[in-house]
Amino acid sequence: MPHFYELSSIWVYLSASPLMGLTLTLCAYVVAFSIYRRLGFSPLANPVAMAIAMIVLILTLTGTSYQSYFSGAQFVHFLLGPATVALAIPLARQVQRLKRNFVALMAGLLAGSATAIVSSISLVALFGGGRPLAVSAAPKSATTPIAMAVAETFDGLPALTAVLVISTGIFGAISARFLFNMLRIRTPEIRGFALGVASHGIGTARAFQVNAEMGAFAGLGMGLNGVLTAVLTPWLLPRITAWFYGA
Amino acid sequence: MLFAFAVLLIFQCLGEAISHALALPVPGPVIGMLLLFVALLVSPALMERVEATGNALLSHLSLLFVPAGAGILATASTVQGHWLAVLASLVVGTVLTLTVTALVLRLLWRDALPEPAATGAAQSASASAVKGD
Repeated sequence: MPHFYELSSIWVYLSASPLMGLTLTLCAYVVAFSIYRRLGFSPLANPVAMAIAMIVLILTLTGTSYQSYFSGAQFVHFLLGPATVALAIPLARQVQRLKRNFVALMAGLLAGSATAIVSSISLVALFGGGRPLAVSAAPKSATTPIAMAVAETFDGLPALTAVLVISTGIFGAISARFLFNMLRIRTPEIRGFALGVASHGIGTARAFQVNAEMGAFAGLGMGLNGVLTAVLTPWLLPRITAWFYGA
Repeated sequence: MLFAFAVLLIFQCLGEAISHALALPVPGPVIGMLLLFVALLVSPALMERVEATGNALLSHLSLLFVPAGAGILATASTVQGHWLAVLASLVVGTVLTLTVTALVLRLLWRDALPEPAATGAAQSASASAVKGD
């Protein structure tokens, strides 16, 4: 039987290798997803939120830093790139519906994107948050890499933006069903597109778990709002922050 | 599967190259997505070869957000004392965005599909929307 000292040195060795972060990420997600499935894919049992909670708990209990965890988890993180490219596939399948409703989609996108940016900044300011927090929150409906780049340009905190982006995604994925049912919005394409605009990839992931049309339009909403947030924020952000915080 | 994955990476590289060369504020993968979209419309053969792998990757899209999300561990201290501002912005901001986008779309949506064969599909779609979100 190995000595305690040996066990802990094995742990020290493993936790320093990228293998640990990768294994932990996959195991936490597998457990979270099986709970999600067992609860009948209820939006309340969001698998991203559950997996993150498990990982944060384990890292805290073992005193492992986020940096050493991420050295392994970055291999999963890397796949976000090819997965974003792959969103073109379901979208190309829906091209007829897309053409038919082009005007509606563009109008909804513009209204939704502006609402996201203006409301994020205003609400932070109204509830006493400082300028860096407001700037970091501004692009939170856009997909992670775009939001982080935008926050960086305006002296926000990109790491904080990443967390706000993911929280926005999780909250949208959890709440959308109840909100849309309350508003009596039943068209899957509309539900999907709005979820993609407000909650980027996590909303899109949730939409794909509901059905393919909803997923395709969520992917479209995510992609387009990513682009539009990058365009609108430089124009809207200085005006709104100047109004709340002075120039 | 390897072919499809190579295609996705090639389009991501193209997107990154264009984003970098033109100094666009849009990340490479989003440009790659738009390029692949055009390519798929032009070539149904390409669609045949990438569809299965692409959909397999997308079926676990949620997994890919977990590593960045765990970053809350490293950033939680930066919002100390401003939890209310963060929470208000998250909850109210997201509800507003979802509502505004969906209401504008509903106002302008052209619902009826032209082809008569689509009636069955439209019915099953609205049936699934009742339980879906």
